[in-house]
Amino acid sequence: MSEIVPEAHGPSIVAAQSLTRRFDPHLSIGDRIAAAFGARVETRPVRAVTDVSFTIRRGETLGLVGESGCGKSTLGRLVAGILGPSSGEIRIDGAPIMRRGRKTTTRIQTVFQDPFASLNPRRRIDATISEGPIAHGLITRAQAPAFVADWLARVGLDPAVATRFPHQFSGGQRQRVAIARALAMKPDILVCDEPVASLDVSIQAQVLNLFLDLREALGLTCLFISHDLSVVRHVSDRVAIMYLGRIVEIGPAAEVYAAPRHPYTQGLLDSVPKLRLDADAVGFRPIAGELPSPLSPPAGCAFHPRCPRATDLCRRERPVLAPHGATEVACHHA
Amino acid sequence: MTSPLLEVTDLRTHFFTRAGVARAVDGVSFSLAPGEILGLVGESGSGKSVTGFSLIGLVDPPGRIAGGSIRFAGQELVGLSEDRMRAIRGKRIAMVFQDPQATLNPVLTIGTQMALALQAHGRVSDRAAAERAGTMLTRVGIPEAATRLNNYPHEFSGGMRQRVAIAMALLNGPELIVADEPTTALDVSIQAQILAEMKALARDSGTALIWISHDLATVSSLADRVLVMYAGRIVESGPVGAVLRAPLHPYTRGLLDSLPAMAQPGQRLTQIPGTAPSLLALPAGCPFAPRCAHADAACTAPPPRIDRPGRHALCHHPLDAAA
Repeated sequence: MSEIVPEAHGPSIVAAQSLTRRFDPHLSIGDRIAAAFGARVETRPVRAVTDVSFTIRRGETLGLVGESGCGKSTLGRLVAGILGPSSGEIRIDGAPIMRRGRKTTTRIQTVFQDPFASLNPRRRIDATISEGPIAHGLITRAQAPAFVADWLARVGLDPAVATRFPHQFSGGQRQRVAIARALAMKPDILVCDEPVASLDVSIQAQVLNLFLDLREALGLTCLFISHDLSVVRHVSDRVAIMYLGRIVEIGPAAEVYAAPRHPYTQGLLDSVPKLRLDADAVGFRPIAGELPSPLSPPAGCAFHPRCPRATDLCRRERPVLAPHGATEVACHHA
Repeated sequence: MTSPLLEVTDLRTHFFTRAGVARAVDGVSFSLAPGEILGLVGESGSGKSVTGFSLIGLVDPPGRIAGGSIRFAGQELVGLSEDRMRAIRGKRIAMVFQDPQATLNPVLTIGTQMALALQAHGRVSDRAAAERAGTMLTRVGIPEAATRLNNYPHEFSGGMRQRVAIAMALLNGPELIVADEPTTALDVSIQAQILAEMKALARDSGTALIWISHDLATVSSLADRVLVMYAGRIVESGPVGAVLRAPLHPYTRGLLDSLPAMAQPGQRLTQIPGTAPSLLALPAGCPFAPRCAHADAACTAPPPRIDRPGRHALCHHPLDAAA
């Protein structure tokens, strides 16, 4: 069982304790009968997130990296209180964020990947931005127009666009609206799930700059989820690397990127094509194999079938997160 | 210098919409030597994919090739009849698309699909087709190829499906493969595997490759030469290393500076202001001028072609000019 890091580096605001989220298959009566007669019906649960613990300090950005299916988006939804955990809990300043399966705080807000799906297409954006603050009593209905204009200006949009609908905006502009909607709730903590993944490079740079500016101006604490290692390096103070539902390495971004200890982190960093400024520089080096199915994770260390350093110990026993300096690594050979 | 495999001259592919004529590709010229890997880089709407589709004659109405020439191994492809184009497409020029799910037929085993692709271009026995298909699957790194031929596309992972699509493109031993964002939907570790394999395949078989991507880093680790597109034009071209080290066009410089990998962590990125112009309302003169820090009165006239050894750019104020 992974322990919570001692709070030696300042007060933590978010604490995740042994979070696990399981998804059970929805079986119809027909499926159940077929399964009882030995048909091949999938009855195993998927463990998207297993026993994950971490803290985020006030004002800090924790980057969360991993490949498709590693559980990073599920973890983001657990932290944001959109999904309830199967076991474990999230606390903000010591108080649980969920009571009886419902989120009880507005201190955490989320920006999602796809601004085409996350904005209601039939609602004007002034309504989209002001709905939450009005419902929670942060502003009155009469204050809404000035409030919306202020937020649009802060995310770099012309306040005159308040009466438009989402389809009248480009992808980058929609993501600015989504950021305004999240921040209008005056959260302390922002969960960003792949906020720039669907944007063009030049627009991505604009949105990242906006994020950095607002984070500083508002003193936000962030969980920043992305598959893009260079984006995460750019915005994060600390990073966590996920593989098959567990954190395999977590530590200061500079340290993890300069000297990755887990073989998966090393492989992931080597896989990213680098800008090849010299003709003979090696652009990348792939990891062998593919992500195993989360329905039947390998015994022992989940990474052992792809790991160049795997031994019998790795096939038998699952490594737990153990400190190596400021970084924690789950590897027998770190 | 061998004669080029592909010579594109002043290609214009326009879309005749109700709102006006969108010049998606507007005066694109480049050539490609046998076995060469060419990267075609640009953002959404730059015309990079339409250029690729034009090469294989797959531009759908309201779009059509409005002018220019595409010479492939000495043969003119613009204006070729659909029958003659079909004999070339899939045989001598193959294409790999971004989404392998859309390329593969979900109700046929991949063995059947691969056999059909072979038999469309010549008399091949089923047994010989299966053998050739198996060889190609092995070559793109799919284990147990002979049994995998009996599988349907949904039984493969995303990365494996893209390998199948690449194997199909290789089946008829094409001289040119046009790959449109083939690794964009894949995870980095799988992308790296496929990049490594594509590089080896192009080297071993002498197949020329046009790699269309929005990702400069991917292109730089794969291609020999790079073309940078903006608003339907090639604004810069040259050897990958030279272009990335010292871009001539302010747009290329801006794209590089937009990458977090080029900046100090936590620092603001040097961003390009504004957004790409609508193809229906391009500014007169240089289309990049409204976003360009170097723009002045001269930029309201169409930019001249600046030639440097092995490179060129379309710009009034190339970045290597003395300030």
